[in-house]
Amino acid sequence: MRALTTIQSRFVPINIENIDTDQIIPARFLKATTKDGFGKNLFRDWRYENDDESKKIAHFPLNMSQFDGEILVAGKNFGCGSSREHAAWSILDYGFRVVVSSFFADIFRNNALNNGVLPVQVSDAFLQRIFLQDNNTELTVDLEKQIITINSTGEQEHFEINRYKKTCLLNGYDDIDYLLSIKKEIQQFETQRV
Amino acid sequence: MGKTLFEKIWEKHIVKTIDDGPSVLYIDTHFIHEVTSPQAFTGLNKRGIKVFRPQQVVATADHNVPTLNQHLPIKEELSRKQVEALINNCAEHGIELYGLGHPFQGIVHVIGPELGITQPGMTIVCGDSHTSTHGAFGTIAFGIGTSEVEMVFASQCLLQSRPKLMRINVDGVLHKGVVSKDIVLYILSKITASGATGYAVEFAGSAIRSLSMEARMTICNMSIEMGGRCGLIAPDEITFKYIKGRKFAPQGADWDKKMAEWKQLYSDGDASFDKEIFINAEDIQPMITYGTNPGMGIGISENIPTTETINENDRSGLSKSLAYMGLQPGSPIKGQKIDYVFIGSCTNSRIEDLRMVASFVKGKKKADNVEVWVVPGSKQVETQAIQEGIDKIFEEAGFMLRQPGCSACLGMNEDKIPAGKYCISTSNRNFEGRQGAGARTLLASPLTAAAAAITGEVTDVRELLN
Ligand code: SF4
Repeated sequence: MRALTTIQSRFVPINIENIDTDQIIPARFLKATTKDGFGKNLFRDWRYENDDESKKIAHFPLNMSQFDGEILVAGKNFGCGSSREHAAWSILDYGFRVVVSSFFADIFRNNALNNGVLPVQVSDAFLQRIFLQDNNTELTVDLEKQIITINSTGEQEHFEINRYKKTCLLNGYDDIDYLLSIKKEIQQFETQRV
Repeated sequence: MGKTLFEKIWEKHIVKTIDDGPSVLYIDTHFIHEVTSPQAFTGLNKRGIKVFRPQQVVATADHNVPTLNQHLPIKEELSRKQVEALINNCAEHGIELYGLGHPFQGIVHVIGPELGITQPGMTIVCGDSHTSTHGAFGTIAFGIGTSEVEMVFASQCLLQSRPKLMRINVDGVLHKGVVSKDIVLYILSKITASGATGYAVEFAGSAIRSLSMEARMTICNMSIEMGGRCGLIAPDEITFKYIKGRKFAPQGADWDKKMAEWKQLYSDGDASFDKEIFINAEDIQPMITYGTNPGMGIGISENIPTTETINENDRSGLSKSLAYMGLQPGSPIKGQKIDYVFIGSCTNSRIEDLRMVASFVKGKKKADNVEVWVVPGSKQVETQAIQEGIDKIFEEAGFMLRQPGCSACLGMNEDKIPAGKYCISTSNRNFEGRQGAGARTLLASPLTAAAAAITGEVTDVRELLN
């Protein structure tokens, strides 16, 4: 897993509530056997008319050239619906490292964290402030301090994250990396118990 | 306050607990088989690491193997490749493999106990949900996913949160013709297939205490069918006697030391459980399932439920289930014609099961309309059955004794039940298509299965016992 410490970047706004994982990655793309290559099908049915890549839906933010960056900002209750981990894989594979919303579905939050994508939950008011910014505004997400900043205005908000998951993300660990990192403790445990 | 059996074992295996996070649980023994291990080995190779404690891993091939002509190459290509991958991976990582042709080969949950590898107080995992079987020895044993198999390979540990604790007490004396499989099917019919979700389940009470190790394994095996994280039974003299002298059992001074530890493994009188259930053994009759989850079971003399009489959990699924099974709500299950009898699987394929069936069918003949497969759980069970002359009894009865493997428990190898056919099976799952596309499974005890083999229909075995 790739480490994540501070991300400073422009953002892509999708101001829609209750985006479910079926929209993030439609079920017909779940047959692959690896975790790679899902990015091109992220929000597939919102990006293209009739599943036709030559017919981009012009007003969908992923298709608008003025929007860019490693941060996705979305409406309340992001990632609800089916528990497919593919949703997190597709967001990561597309190039996002952070998703900002005012509420995340539980399973999506876990899946994101397990794949190196940071869900940043902010207040409704702060989320609306972000949506009001223009497309050149950058956001800064500082995981160590657990603070998100709107750079142009200096507005800030604190966000929560489970301490274990924070350590994993800061170091780019997944659970296996974590277990490997405490190998000395495991070995010590082994010698103590005989 | 006192501690439960589960807590005593759990606490001894915690390397550390992460603040705001899960615990790091140390795993004593890791069983693997050909189906759920290849991607985990690939994961290790990608990280450029080896299995951390290969001497604590034991491998066998069971799910994909044929149960006839095991000396010949496996015909089905994907199955053969998985078995070959297991051979290569075990060789590369220094893991002991009891593969096809080895005298210890068999279903992973049969060989562990039989070889004395499974011992009280251990933590045991395997990429297979029926790992709960090993809990019969007073172990914390549970199934894991492939990414977790990779975790255990890498570190001999797992990140786990502690489940809630439930105790199911079965007291009293079982009626004649009622065996441990009936106990567990009865519990399932009462608490449903999701009744123990989120719990580790301890089975206790005088009826449980009176059971042999084989019979206890049958019960713990199916704790996963209630949704339980694992099932366990406190070890006692019956347990110790079973283990003593087995291939990998402790010996000499080591044995005495272990015995002292094992005798501490019980739930203290004042230990507390999140939930307790009490069952009277005398209420249990021979059980059989009529539907498509293991909780859909009834006593053999009862009628198939209707939407009015069924428990709430299964109400919405009842008509779909019965349509699949080709059965009528409200009608008796007794007398239902059957086509196949499968005696096997990690639930009921141990030597005691085969002995029970043999002593019942001795001198009898199977009905013409049924095909009967008896599949021993391991090479050792097969060998012992032949030594005891059980093979002859089966031959005379028209039962086919096959070679060890998972066989018709799951439609993954060559042994499948044809679509639309009825099979009385001693296995653990009656899901749609489990024994082959369209196959109709009725779960029952080895005795009830044997009775059906003789009469060709669902039969109350008590009527044939004298
Ligand atoms: S016998 Fe059936 S339940 Fe047991 S391990 Fe094999 S496939 Fe799984």
